[in-house]
Amino acid sequence: MATQNYKVIPRKPLRWWEKLYIPQVIAGMKITLGIMLRKPVTLKYPEERPTIPKGYRGIPTLVKDQNGREKCVSCQLCEFVCPPKAIRVTPGEIDPNAPDAEVIEKAPKAFEINMLRCIYCGMCQEVCPEEAIWLQNEYSLNGYSRDSLVHDKEKLYELGGTLPDKHLKWKKKAEAQAHGPAH
Amino acid sequence: MSEEQPNLVTINIDGKDYQVAAKQNLVEAAKSVGIEIPHYCYHPKLEMAGTCRMCLVEIGMPMRDRAMGAPVLNEDGSPKIGWMPKPAIACGTSVSPNLHMKTKSPMVQTSRASVTEFLLANHPLDCPICDQAGECTLQAFSADYGNGKSRYRDAKNVKPRNKSVGPRVLINNERCILCRRCVRFCREILKRPILGPIQRGSMTQIDCYPGQELDGNYSMNVVDICPVGALTSKDFRFKMRVWFLKQTKSICTESSVGVNTTVWSREGKIYRITPRRNDSVNDTWMSDSGRMIYKTVDDENRLTGTRRGESSVDFDEAIDAARALLSAGKPAFVASGKMSLEEQWALKTLAASFGGDVYLTQTLAENDGFLISEDRTPNRRGALVSGLVKDFESASVAKLGAAIDAGEVKTVFVCGEDLLEQGLDAKQLKKVDIIYLGTHKNATSEEATVVLSGRTVFEKSGSFVNQQFRLQRFDAAIPGIAGTHNELDVIAALAARTITDASVETIWLSMNKDCAALAGLEFASIPADGVLLDASPWAKLAFPETGSLLYKPAGK
Repeated sequence: MATQNYKVIPRKPLRWWEKLYIPQVIAGMKITLGIMLRKPVTLKYPEERPTIPKGYRGIPTLVKDQNGREKCVSCQLCEFVCPPKAIRVTPGEIDPNAPDAEVIEKAPKAFEINMLRCIYCGMCQEVCPEEAIWLQNEYSLNGYSRDSLVHDKEKLYELGGTLPDKHLKWKKKAEAQAHGPAH
Repeated sequence: MSEEQPNLVTINIDGKDYQVAAKQNLVEAAKSVGIEIPHYCYHPKLEMAGTCRMCLVEIGMPMRDRAMGAPVLNEDGSPKIGWMPKPAIACGTSVSPNLHMKTKSPMVQTSRASVTEFLLANHPLDCPICDQAGECTLQAFSADYGNGKSRYRDAKNVKPRNKSVGPRVLINNERCILCRRCVRFCREILKRPILGPIQRGSMTQIDCYPGQELDGNYSMNVVDICPVGALTSKDFRFKMRVWFLKQTKSICTESSVGVNTTVWSREGKIYRITPRRNDSVNDTWMSDSGRMIYKTVDDENRLTGTRRGESSVDFDEAIDAARALLSAGKPAFVASGKMSLEEQWALKTLAASFGGDVYLTQTLAENDGFLISEDRTPNRRGALVSGLVKDFESASVAKLGAAIDAGEVKTVFVCGEDLLEQGLDAKQLKKVDIIYLGTHKNATSEEATVVLSGRTVFEKSGSFVNQQFRLQRFDAAIPGIAGTHNELDVIAALAARTITDASVETIWLSMNKDCAALAGLEFASIPADGVLLDASPWAKLAFPETGSLLYKPAGK
């Protein structure tokens, strides 16, 4: 057996005023009273909700542009960068009969984010070249089954909604195509 | 330079002397000593074109006095180098003794950045939807040598996108950097000038000549050699990003040429097959049909599970049934050139333990003169090397038919072949009990009493011996699909007493002793480009091959 390397320090006996406990009780009550009079730092969740600061990282969602077109082109960079491997993208070609099929070409066939794996790090939003994936202010997420917390493409667009796009890269491309050779 | 070896020359790169092989260009010479010279249009297996200008370097030679021919020296006595005033292309310059080259000087760096800026002026920012992203040299060199930003403010040019140039290839002319590798491939390798540039200046596009299209069985090689995403494969289009894919070295099973391949897979699913460079077998080329073999893995005809009679049974029960059949009367074993060398050796051991004769199938078709030979199995010569058969004549399947008719054979163990295709008839199959070990259903497996499901070349490791008697190794890219067993495990289970460990490495230990041609070789140390075996014991045998790229049979 290993030798036990410790020293027993005898506890000092309490003095007589310590045995009364009254000074200690008074000191404790002083702290309690002081805090009672201060402004509370907690919220009565869920009746009260905190104000979400700018740049908050809530649940990741997919967004559409003002024309209702899905921005994601399934480049799979979010899937690649995601540290807990929560994202799973199945790339696909868009319907060749769609009006902008010639300039867009690619869109996700399926897009899944497993919210049980997600760590809300925001890397997907940072890496997205099309600004299609955004972390929202929503943070309270629950479900009755594991499957309900794996968000599919439909759910992600429902949560994400529309985010107006300043660039409209594909529109520019379509215009260039209509214009013909530039030089 | 008198002490130099005849095939080596000394060149100076960035102030340091290197010995490199003679008769090569500066791109290859620099590569051989680990220095990268970026290039797009140069391809080692195509003629030099010099169109991309990316490989510009500064080149100089020691100066000589014009009148006397004496070396001009610096003040410190070192030879004075006469640098050319402007950069020159490394791909178009051959090595010569004492050549000096600068690959990191400010002039070279500016040249590369400027060339990149010009190439990117009209290049679309398509990387998120481009299949080449991740293996695109323009992407890589722009990051390594480019400016990192564009000064170009004008509108980009518009050219045809996603135009089909053939049954398997798409072209996006906006992405094209006009290196003309595909044009040279058609002209020099296919010997059919299908692709060519049309229009002029900034409107130049690559297109097919009128009335032609990029068909034929080697069209997808242009996808591999395209340095950008201009030529893309229809099969692989938008399937998966390349950075997710695991690369496994493999061998094409299409014919006895034994094309070296890379299998690209992710999470047990194969996405594509590309050729792997082997200067002794296939250079950097591969057939389109060979690239599609991965689809056989989850083909609807794929066999899974084990079957006895009409009912599925578990593996052990099927093995017991097969052993009982093999012991019931004289068995015959039908081997195939599709089996790996290790499986053929294991089958030899199995046949010896049950005292049966071995027959070897043959699958012949037309030679395409390039990379598909007459023998459409990858490893028929392996049957000779492993000692499974002495020669092809005495092991022909026609003799099995005669033996069945004579009533000498009671059970036939078939490895992945259809005996009806091999010349037997349905009546002969009814006379015997068949044990079938293979990957896919066929007429023989339907007739079989016991069916054992094997694995495709992508799901196991092993080696093949190609038409040159070159031993080449392939590795498992994906795990075997559910319900299949490695053929080696199946054969070992049948030959329980003679093979105790069915791993490829252990089998090689026995094969080393047993097969003279393999003495001294180890499975783990088979190099990536294979080992040429001593074929002299079989020099007198007749082989069906009449020659393909880089192979000419002796005496033909």
